[in-house]
Amino acid sequence: MSDAKPKPMISCRNVSIRYRVGDFKNIGLKEWVMRRLTGRFHVVDFWAVSDVSFTVDEGDMLGIIGANGAGKSTLLKCVTGIMEPTKGTVRRRGRVSALLELASGFDGDLTVRENAYLRGAMLGYTRQFMDETYAQIIGFSELGEFEDRPFKQLSSGMKSRLAFAIASLVEPEILILDEVLSVGDGAFKRKSEAKMREIIKGGAATILVSHSVAQVREMCNKVLWLDGGRQIAFTDDVEGVCDCYETYLRDREAGPLYDPVAAHERIAARKAAEARRAAEARQMAEDAAKFRKVRKLLEGFAAARTETCA
Amino acid sequence: MFAKMKRHQLLFEELVKRDFKKKYKRTVLGMGWSMLMPLMMLFVMKIVFQQFFGRNMPHYTTYLFCGNLVFCWFADATGHGMQSLYANSGIFTKVNVPKYMFLLAGSIQTLINFALSFVVFFFFCWIDDVDFTWRFLLLAYPVATLLLFNIGVGLVLSALFIFFRDVDYLWRVFTQLLMYGSAIFYSTEKFAPEMQLVFACNPVYRHIAYVREIVLGGTVPSLETHLALLGFAAAAVLAGSYMYKHYNTKFLYYV
Repeated sequence: MSDAKPKPMISCRNVSIRYRVGDFKNIGLKEWVMRRLTGRFHVVDFWAVSDVSFTVDEGDMLGIIGANGAGKSTLLKCVTGIMEPTKGTVRRRGRVSALLELASGFDGDLTVRENAYLRGAMLGYTRQFMDETYAQIIGFSELGEFEDRPFKQLSSGMKSRLAFAIASLVEPEILILDEVLSVGDGAFKRKSEAKMREIIKGGAATILVSHSVAQVREMCNKVLWLDGGRQIAFTDDVEGVCDCYETYLRDREAGPLYDPVAAHERIAARKAAEARRAAEARQMAEDAAKFRKVRKLLEGFAAARTETCA
Repeated sequence: MFAKMKRHQLLFEELVKRDFKKKYKRTVLGMGWSMLMPLMMLFVMKIVFQQFFGRNMPHYTTYLFCGNLVFCWFADATGHGMQSLYANSGIFTKVNVPKYMFLLAGSIQTLINFALSFVVFFFFCWIDDVDFTWRFLLLAYPVATLLLFNIGVGLVLSALFIFFRDVDYLWRVFTQLLMYGSAIFYSTEKFAPEMQLVFACNPVYRHIAYVREIVLGGTVPSLETHLALLGFAAAAVLAGSYMYKHYNTKFLYYV
């Protein structure tokens, strides 16, 4: 098994997603007919994601980074199957457990218990499974004393704790987390990160969207950098890309018109130059060491000869 | 299909439960209230139209009730069905669930309202000295076809409502017209043949006529009637399924 290639759980190839903006939304049937007749019907294409490719294998944890509006959430909607890509293909193997925008999809008027069951039902679990897991979910999310409270009375941290507990306690094959771990207090954060490691060890594929670069560095073994819908980098060099991304974020504050592709290339080039210089220095040091060694040998040889001559 | 239904059984049950809790929360009358609606309409019609249309008609109250029973269910089911997808847009834009579940779960509620009215209907029949025969069992047929028809129309409307928010208003106007065109309080006997054809193409009227034929006429409707009801139901369900299949991943652009 160890020499077998890891199976791709998710593979996206050249995925592009188009949104239409303009007259078609919220205009009503009467207005729509009128605009069609008078030729005042305009729609504009907007590519939220263009030409993105990546794969996530078993046991992988992919971090997706990028500024606001980079297309991260849209891409995830495609991965979960809520949307279909306008171009390209998305392949999934296994059941997806997704946490998009956290506390949405919960009903404020229902109690915590009812919401837990409803969410479980949405993720495709059976009643028997939910009956068995419910105590565990409540235990993990530390909501024992709020079980029969209406959901709207909870704090947003509590809501996301429940959401995380339901999605993660069910041994998902594919887990998708959108800005999940940045909520909750420190103790819960540690607990949830430990839980995530456990899930990954179980062979699940995970995608984590986060604005916390430190978290991506710590948790992920692959990283995808998006900007304005374009794919800047997809690699397993998490440290390298995170460095670039952080530099990019810092540099962007200086000037608004900043091209991340160029930035990535420039930063990569800078890093390569640094590496080259380091290699040269190492080479020089090695050469010097060799030279010293040879000189020592020669000196020893010369000394021996003078001894014999004398 | 059935495997899929089985897989989403819990979702269906939980959605039904949620709809119930949200609807009857904090209402003392609860379900009784929704049942009062057709009854009140019945009494108003009885008072207003008895003198105009009911003078020469035996069992006019039952005649009216047949119409109201069917029409109110249709109006209730399609009106609520229309909202079902949009009301759950917070869910289907975040989680990948079969979207028709929202409508199916919602239609359970209107079905129960109808069932309660149906019980009251039998009580009124008994008061009105209607002969109960074995043919009453055949009423299950129009109930089944109307249930399917309501679901089909609900699917189409809920999809349209996502795209065009004024469908709500247009549909209410249309239902109003349909109420007057479905011979709820008058008889169709004296109309010209062309008008008879219009009535024959009206699914709601055909269902009302079926119920009346059994309850008041005591006869079994023709095979053509049975096929027509089935045809209406099939057409509606097919149209609705097509829309949901075709627009499945496109709805979220509009909410």
